[in-house]
Amino acid sequence: MALYLLCIALFTIGLYGILRKRNIIKIVISMMIAEYAINLMFVLVGYRYEGRSPILSPDQEILNMVDPLPQAIVLTAIVIGLAVTAMTVAIAIRIYEKYGTFDVTKINRLRG
Amino acid sequence: MVIMYVLLAMMIIAAIAAIEMEDLISSVIAVGAVGLVLSIAFLVLKVPDLAITQLVVEILCLIILIRATLKRDLPFSASGRWFLNTFIAVAFVVIFLIFAYYSVKDLPTFGYPVMKVAKFYVDSALLKTGATNIVAAVILDFRAYDTLGEATILFTAVIGVMAVMRRIGRKKIGEKIEDENE
Repeated sequence: MALYLLCIALFTIGLYGILRKRNIIKIVISMMIAEYAINLMFVLVGYRYEGRSPILSPDQEILNMVDPLPQAIVLTAIVIGLAVTAMTVAIAIRIYEKYGTFDVTKINRLRG
Repeated sequence: MVIMYVLLAMMIIAAIAAIEMEDLISSVIAVGAVGLVLSIAFLVLKVPDLAITQLVVEILCLIILIRATLKRDLPFSASGRWFLNTFIAVAFVVIFLIFAYYSVKDLPTFGYPVMKVAKFYVDSALLKTGATNIVAAVILDFRAYDTLGEATILFTAVIGVMAVMRRIGRKKIGEKIEDENE
């Protein structure tokens, strides 16, 4: 329970950064932190006390093994997170070249 | 699980440093520290596959972010509606925490997972796929379409990055290309 709350605290730091910061790179970094917190949360839900990693061996039963399903899903999520980060950073670099700043409040040339 | 508390405290400290530091390179390094400690936490939680993947992905993210922040300006922009921005951010965080409190109460107790769905995979992994690593059996055999979609997303991201970052369009006949790469 306390580990869940610490994990949510980590997500909260990322959420605060996304909402509050004005630098685009800081926003990308906050998104990465929130994503790490969610991945860790899934793995924590599947943890079992005294559990072993989900690799079959002769003395391995279901009851002394951590849950393998969240791990398989998070493995997909980590790689997709890399793709999302690369895409946002590429867009940020183009915005810097066009406007000369990373500040989101200064990017107002589209204002009507 | 004392070591998990220590690792999570380290991650939280590094995350606060990453968000609050004024130098962009410093915050990139700090977010690298968060990811590497997360990799150790995956090892402690008995998830070796995820630890390896997290390590590789973290190093790639670090390279991409450093490419974005080198030779760029510093984010000194404290002017403007400081109080309003902070108030709105804190209000959203508080609303999130209220909902999170009620949802955490409904999760299974820490250390005792339910494993209703996973029971089928664990039982029939060796029989149906011949793989002893159950995570590999799930992502490559039972849920191979998920992995196909993941590969598609990676491919799409590569195409998107190339389309966004490309400088020179199709060249007309006889036109000279001025090379302005940095």
